Amino acid sequence: MTEFFTPLHLIFYLFAFIAIGSAFAVVTVKNPVHSVLSLVITFFAMAGIWMLLSAEFLSLILLLVYVGAVMTLFLFVVMMLNIDTEPGRESFVKYWPLGLIIILLLTAMLITFVSPEYFGLMRVPAPLPEPSDYSNLQALGNVLYTQYAYPFEIAGVILLAAMIAAITLAYRGPHRRKVQKAAEQIAVRPEDRVRLIKMPAEPKQKGV
Amino acid sequence: MPSLTEFLIVAAILFGLGIGGIILNRKNIIVLLMSIELILLAVNTNFIAFSHFLNNVAGQVFVFFVLTVAASEAAIGLAILVVWYRKRRSIEVVDLDALKG
Amino acid sequence: MENALIYIALLMGLLPLGGALIAGLLGKRLGRSLTATIASSMVGMAFLLSCYLFKVFVMDDHAVVDQAFYTWATAGIMRFDVAFLLDKLSMTMCMIVLFISFMVHIYTVGYMADDPGYTRFFSYVSLFTFSMLMLVLSDNFLLLFFGWEGVGLVSYLLIGFWFDREAANFGSLKAFLVNRIGDIGFLLAMAAVLMYFGTLTYHDVFTQAPGMIDKTLSLFPNYQVPVITLICLFLFFGAMGKSAQVPLHVWLPESMEGPTPISALIHAATMVTAGIYMIARMSPLFEYSQATLSMILVIGGTTAFFMGILAITQNDIKRVIAYSTISQLGYMAVALGASAYDAAIFHLITHAFFKALLFLAAGSVIIALHHEQDMRKMGGLASILPITYGTFVIGALALCAIPPFSGFYSKDIIIEAANLSQLPGARYAYYCVLAGAFITPVYTFRAIFMTFHGKERMPLSVRDHIHESPWVVLIPLILLAIPSIIAGEFLVSKMIFMHPTLLGDSIFVLPQHNVLSQIHDYKSAARMAVDAGLTLPFWLAIAGIVVAWLFTLQCPQWSEMLKQRFSLIYRILLRKYGFDDFNQIVLVDGTRDTGEIFYKTGDVKFIDGVCVNGSGALIRWFAKAGRQLQTGYLFHYALAMVLGILFFLVWYGWGL
Repeated sequence: MTEFFTPLHLIFYLFAFIAIGSAFAVVTVKNPVHSVLSLVITFFAMAGIWMLLSAEFLSLILLLVYVGAVMTLFLFVVMMLNIDTEPGRESFVKYWPLGLIIILLLTAMLITFVSPEYFGLMRVPAPLPEPSDYSNLQALGNVLYTQYAYPFEIAGVILLAAMIAAITLAYRGPHRRKVQKAAEQIAVRPEDRVRLIKMPAEPKQKGV
Repeated sequence: MPSLTEFLIVAAILFGLGIGGIILNRKNIIVLLMSIELILLAVNTNFIAFSHFLNNVAGQVFVFFVLTVAASEAAIGLAILVVWYRKRRSIEVVDLDALKG
Repeated sequence: MENALIYIALLMGLLPLGGALIAGLLGKRLGRSLTATIASSMVGMAFLLSCYLFKVFVMDDHAVVDQAFYTWATAGIMRFDVAFLLDKLSMTMCMIVLFISFMVHIYTVGYMADDPGYTRFFSYVSLFTFSMLMLVLSDNFLLLFFGWEGVGLVSYLLIGFWFDREAANFGSLKAFLVNRIGDIGFLLAMAAVLMYFGTLTYHDVFTQAPGMIDKTLSLFPNYQVPVITLICLFLFFGAMGKSAQVPLHVWLPESMEGPTPISALIHAATMVTAGIYMIARMSPLFEYSQATLSMILVIGGTTAFFMGILAITQNDIKRVIAYSTISQLGYMAVALGASAYDAAIFHLITHAFFKALLFLAAGSVIIALHHEQDMRKMGGLASILPITYGTFVIGALALCAIPPFSGFYSKDIIIEAANLSQLPGARYAYYCVLAGAFITPVYTFRAIFMTFHGKERMPLSVRDHIHESPWVVLIPLILLAIPSIIAGEFLVSKMIFMHPTLLGDSIFVLPQHNVLSQIHDYKSAARMAVDAGLTLPFWLAIAGIVVAWLFTLQCPQWSEMLKQRFSLIYRILLRKYGFDDFNQIVLVDGTRDTGEIFYKTGDVKFIDGVCVNGSGALIRWFAKAGRQLQTGYLFHYALAMVLGILFFLVWYGWGL
């Protein structure tokens, strides 16, 4: 109550509205490129919020990895697939009122569950500010390589698996390309190419 | 500092929008995949918020891993999409009815 | 001594079986004449043995021998044995059965001479003899039933002997099925006996019977039925099937499709009398059930009278004799109902002789005319077939109860017994048998006049070839004619009026039912014959002969006029009171239609349609409905998932 409108609040609400607005745009705009770009903006906004929550490393990683890699990938695919946006088709399913109601209900319930009486500042007080030599990166590193080393390794394996999977799925081999296989060419034998047949000689017919 | 509730509300709204993208869209698969990313983003925000307010770094570690998995899943999903497009020449959601009973 | 007698009886029973097996299995190999000789001589030897046993038991008054040979099965404490009971009744019956069978064997040599199934016939007839002997000799219900079923089976085989004729097949099936209906009654009686008496042996059942008089069974909630009455009713039901009482008589006329020798053996003398024999044997039981005795009186009387009337309208000579048989069986039943068991058996004996004689003589006529059976195509045969004519007339006179022929004695006694009986229904039975005494000569002499007298109505081509039958056919006729004349005289005093009677302890009569002892004015057989002139039945018989002569020979136009004036009655008679029609329409067609309904509605519609196909269709419908959920669209599935999440959240939230 007393700290209702601090500058932190302002920043928070700014980023929050941007995030929600562009998330809405992701779902509703017609052009898929626009929609990808809206998602990028959403990520940027969320990165800002995460920074407010003093998760500096992760917010920057969000920008680097997520926006930089995954969203770029999305854009590549969107461009590659040559999607035409015909205005004729319905964008939304026939039952969209029902769906909308469901979503609103869901969201309302979630919001009720996280209402201030459970999670407000009375119950969960704001944490003390960190000391000035607090390094989020170091705090993460302290835990990640000791206590969570095993999941860390597994995460690496998952990435490897994903890579292999993606390549296996999409790789078509030499596509529309004629290749010479020298080894096969050299290994050919004359018997595979030429066959001699013996036939009895037929005399020429008279008068022909 | 906004209370925990407000962060969680933001996450909840993002989650709802993500769900809406999944069940309400009829445009194409790309939007579906992006909605999944939105959902994951909302969940990550929840983790970070709790990690901050409860002074526990485990939440951020979990976000780390969720991010990893989300990225790999997005990659594979797009690869599948590419293969499908090569076969069917279309990525409209309504054309993905091969499992129709 | 006892052992020897039992083994003689066993040999006597098995000889015909041996003859049947040899004729049946080796007949083709041995040739016709050898087979005939073997079969006939086997039966002849059995007959001689039966004569010896008759002398031992009946004339020398040997004690009753009741011994088991062989235990067929045991169930708990129950033993089912093959056992013989040798007493006066069974020995008498054996002798009669074997005599008639022997005559028929000899007769068959001539009658079936040009039939391809010659050896098969001998086999069947001998088999029949064996079954009948088993029936007669048994000392328990089970062996009786074995013989009972055996004679039914062989009757079926023999009626359908010429199996390529459709009428024969129909007749044989009808005989078997109607017999079977009676057998249901018999089986139920056996079951009841087993349940209440705990044993199937006659001796044990009879000794327990007086103690079971008061035992009752509640068939319906408030209605108690005495057990003995129930058993006797079922036994009589079985007898109705075998002995052709109304309404289970319908098979006997159809059974005339079989060859004449078997009509003589089975459907005149032996199988149809099995029911009468059985009731006489069970007299210790029947005496305690007055209701059953009354019922026997009523049904017997009805059979005697109404079936006799039908014989008047028949044109096939064998059918006339068939209806006559049914009518005479009615007489025997009346005698049983009046508790005059000795009289019933007496009539059984005399009837066996003269009815077999009549059938065989009719058979002689038939083969003389080259298998023509319609009397309208006969006539004037008396001079051409003298011996046949003579024996036929002897049989007819015996049948019409003209003294001093045998039939007179037995029939007269029965009429007298019915008169004296006090049971309910006895008056009705008396009038029926009295009227029968008039009707019988009418149809009998109508048959004689149509066949042997009057104009010759056969086609000329047949006329030239008529000659008397060969001696092998005539000898049985003569041999049967002799007892038809004298058996009555000799047996009447011994069977009825002497104490103890010929049948002695085999028959049991309660004092209050004993009508035969009330016939007081008997002096001698000869006197009885002379005194017949004073009795009503005699004059009824004479009147019947005169009426037959009038309507057949003298003024045939009267019969035509009667037919027209009483055309409705005539038509009812022609349709045999509608019994056959009833059976055909209600029972046969009814069963078939019911089966059809069950098939169409029950089987096809319900079981196939609803249950089998329906359950499949139901599953298919569910699958089709379920298939609507499988749209293949990811967002539909996602929606389902979200709905699930929502549900869980609501559930969780409600808890909070």
